[in-house]
Amino acid sequence: MALSNVVETPASGFNFENVSRNVALEGLLEGGHTKAPKPMKTGTTIAGVVCKDGVVLGADTRATSGEVVADKMCAKIHYISPNMYCCGAGTAADTEKTTDLLSSNLTIFSMNSGRNPRVVMAVNILQDMLFRYRGQIGASLILGGVDCTGNHLYTVGPYGSIDNVPYLAMGSGDLAALGILEDRFKPNMELEEAKELVRDAIHSGIMSDLGSGNNIDICVITKQGVDYIRPYQESEYKDKRQRRYKYRPGTTSILTEKIVPLELEVVQETVQRMDTA
Amino acid sequence: FLLTAIMFAQVYGDNGKMKEYHYSGPVEHRFSPYSFNGGTVLAVAGEDFAIVASDTRLSEGYSIHSRDSPKCYKLTNTTVIGCSGFHGDCLTLTKIIDARLKMYKHSNNKSMTSGAIAAMLSTILYGRRFFPYYVYNIIGGLDEEGKGAVYSFDPVGSYQRDTYKAGGSASAMLQPLLDNQIGFKNMEGVQHLPLNQEKAVQLVKDVFISAAERDVYTGDALRICIVTKEGIKEETVPLRKD
Repeated sequence: MALSNVVETPASGFNFENVSRNVALEGLLEGGHTKAPKPMKTGTTIAGVVCKDGVVLGADTRATSGEVVADKMCAKIHYISPNMYCCGAGTAADTEKTTDLLSSNLTIFSMNSGRNPRVVMAVNILQDMLFRYRGQIGASLILGGVDCTGNHLYTVGPYGSIDNVPYLAMGSGDLAALGILEDRFKPNMELEEAKELVRDAIHSGIMSDLGSGNNIDICVITKQGVDYIRPYQESEYKDKRQRRYKYRPGTTSILTEKIVPLELEVVQETVQRMDTA
Repeated sequence: FLLTAIMFAQVYGDNGKMKEYHYSGPVEHRFSPYSFNGGTVLAVAGEDFAIVASDTRLSEGYSIHSRDSPKCYKLTNTTVIGCSGFHGDCLTLTKIIDARLKMYKHSNNKSMTSGAIAAMLSTILYGRRFFPYYVYNIIGGLDEEGKGAVYSFDPVGSYQRDTYKAGGSASAMLQPLLDNQIGFKNMEGVQHLPLNQEKAVQLVKDVFISAAERDVYTGDALRICIVTKEGIKEETVPLRKD
């Protein structure tokens, strides 16, 4: 059975249609003294470890927009297929859309071929797409999965480079996390030990890096299935306020009030009995 | 149609060829004498007290230099200054202020009042108008009558007396909240109760908890200096460390 072309390749050469448009828009915006909106980055710590029974992926849950925390509980471990999950660091929209696109394409492939996709296939599709866009898509991904050939962990950089290693960390907190991983990683670890190692790596990223914070998510992928633990560990900092800040109704002043009655007429009336037994 | 015409004119130059939008020659990288070390300061003036509070995190880029670097400095028995911005300039500026306070004390046989310190700081800052101290200052203390006073500055010395002011990286998040809770702005039919010390301290703690939630440069711990006619009392409260 011939496999239909799952990932459609665009016309030959690189497509720079939008570049001239962007330059013109920037010119228009500057003239109006407004700045182009800054994309939301995840400023993250993500890590992955291959253990004896599968792959353990971990991520923090803070998304920053410049120096402001935009989301305190964002999900950075994305679903790709029943046997593969992907952590994403970099521009939030890019990681979301890239992993969604990959997931859709792999679903079509599974339906066409009747097979579970292999991790190498996912990695190759990602690499193709990111390289085609020459780094304009700011997505650094850690892809982990279990397939018929074994447990795999890959990283794909924004320019399209890949690396296949037993332990990884990416994002702005990657050096902090990598310190923990380099110290305590051993090949063929037990599952519980691997989970603790990933949790500690993400925790060190959260404490040392300003772009990472809040809670820790863990995703464990084994041959038997996937255990997506969100959150694996909640942040120990509870924001307990000393005073209550409730406003009595009427505190906000109403300047004008306009009531527009809607002209409604009954066209049809039906009665449906509900079974409330 | 007009939009396309404008876009065309901006992308294609007068001679019809596409304008260069990528500088492709050598780039000169300049050394920047400044760096931003983060931190937030806050000062509130009451009837007979003043509070100056700051977080204690010193950061640079995405890293943390220190979790215990408070930004409030005691100047006299009745005045505390909070400085945030570039830490190097904060240290030098406080040294200069300390020296000038000593000189004044020796010449005039009395300590400088809060108002006098504020006026002096303004001239010190403006003296460096063309290579400014990258510091956001807020002075909190008691004036000659014993009432609370807050003076807020910009990096080149413009200042004014306030009832409350937030400065530093999370100032844009804190100032509206203070406007509402202390200044009773945007509220109807609410009793304008004067601020007492206990309520002010609680408010300051709550407001910093909120700032630490959403600003990456604020956190670790909160140092509160309460200035009353009895003296200066310090209190430290932990904040988020992540």
